[in-house]
Amino acid sequence: MTRIEFWQGNIACAEGALAAGCTFFGGYPITPSTEVAEHMAAKLPKRGGAFIQMEDEIAGIASIIGASWTGARAMTATSGPGFSLMMENIGFAIMTETPCVVVNVQRGGPSTGQPTMSAQGDMLQVRFGSHGDIAIIALCPATVQEMFELTVKAFNLADKYRVPVFLMADETIGHMREKIIVPDTVERVERKPFVAGTPAFRVTDPDNIPGFPAFGTGQHVHVTGLTHDERGYPCATNPNLHMALVKRLVDKIENARDEMADYDVINPDAGQVFVAYGAPVRTVMQVMHDKKDTNIGFLRIRTVWPFPEKALAEFKNAKRFIIPEMNLGQISREIERHVCVPVRSIPKLGGELHTPEELVAVLEEKA
Amino acid sequence: MRNEIRFSGFGGQGIILSAVILGRAAVMYDNKFAVQTQVYGPEARGGASMSQVVIDDDQILYPKVAVPDIYVIMSQEGFEKYGASAQVSAVMLIDSTLVHSRPKCRCIEIPATGQAKASLKVIVANIVMLGALVAATHVVSEESLKKAILDSVPKGTEDLNLKAMQLGLELGKQS
Repeated sequence: MTRIEFWQGNIACAEGALAAGCTFFGGYPITPSTEVAEHMAAKLPKRGGAFIQMEDEIAGIASIIGASWTGARAMTATSGPGFSLMMENIGFAIMTETPCVVVNVQRGGPSTGQPTMSAQGDMLQVRFGSHGDIAIIALCPATVQEMFELTVKAFNLADKYRVPVFLMADETIGHMREKIIVPDTVERVERKPFVAGTPAFRVTDPDNIPGFPAFGTGQHVHVTGLTHDERGYPCATNPNLHMALVKRLVDKIENARDEMADYDVINPDAGQVFVAYGAPVRTVMQVMHDKKDTNIGFLRIRTVWPFPEKALAEFKNAKRFIIPEMNLGQISREIERHVCVPVRSIPKLGGELHTPEELVAVLEEKA
Repeated sequence: MRNEIRFSGFGGQGIILSAVILGRAAVMYDNKFAVQTQVYGPEARGGASMSQVVIDDDQILYPKVAVPDIYVIMSQEGFEKYGASAQVSAVMLIDSTLVHSRPKCRCIEIPATGQAKASLKVIVANIVMLGALVAATHVVSEESLKKAILDSVPKGTEDLNLKAMQLGLELGKQS
């Protein structure tokens, strides 16, 4: 069964989290993500969950890491300035293989920038912002429906891969209200079960993912951000151990990139190909609808990290890739790494979504 | 058929709520698609507030309003900031109690604040305007508007709001 609602994107995100079984939210409200926290604060206690407004975003992500180790599905939501504060503990969650969901409803940066305006300026920060060699998963919704669905998916990916998963939304989608079809139930992927009595971080499967020994289940688990052996004990001077650990943490994500890839290919024989994620998807779809031209292709990406590079190869006749982003071309650079034809970035700052006219002007420019 | 509706007035009149109710009526009860957006700047508190709704029979791709074809303007500052540039082919409903300017396009004068104050409560002037909007433009059905209003207003105020809607429908039909 399903029902129709007229929801704001941020509410759809919170409802997606509740549907996914999230029982803990810790965070610090910040525009334009505040409605996620407000809605979780209103709903979670009535469902036996917990909501804590922490003193800042550093504590916010710390609280969800702790909650996750009890076995709970835990989430925080923020925007640029809070996201910057979270970087260190994001690395801690990666190193300790702690499943958690971080929502970033992006606004104009740097610094406090444009609190009420839309942007996609944190797309490289999410991938590379925390120090050391890391791999994460980042999803970008382009509809209120996807705010719900990708939040559910984020929890499943976090639990499956034991990694922080980021819902990289933007103010445009977070704040707009539109029609959404809400399912009664959603798919749930559980954490890999732990074999009692074995070392806490022992990996036996080719997927590089260890079983999860939740606190309170009788295991003695040591959790540290220091380089650790399979028991979880610090061992920070053994070069081979460090290499093997970091390689495994990166490989468990990067090797599964095809499995996680989530994109649509429209008009694969086209010569001019748009690539978009998040709010600019809406403008590209409008242009595709208005032009009805099979020589215009579109790669619509939902899983931006790990980047689905194979999707680009599906456009075999592509002469040019056109990338509208609400930043100065962050994902354009990633695309340039993978293709041999020109990449035309359409950067836009200031907080407003690209208009259809702006994209059409680029389509019509002489090569 | 795509309609782009812009609401403007001052913070506290229920401009944003009006847009949410209209979008809700279209989506929940008229089986249409709608997208509602709003200006979130600090000027929305006390100053000119603005919210827009796109209503379409088909799925809405580009969610923003480019050129509104319908305006609901409830303050002079709102007119100057968000209404004065209306294209000639647009329709503008104006709260004639509060707005003294007139646009170049077709203008429907609704004394919403004055009449609400006289016979109901000034707080429901926005619902009077919604009723008038629906009577004049039929962007959603009257029945859908009624249901969306009942979904959205505080408990205990249903009668007051339905009277306001009815007043608006009558004023809109007379115009």
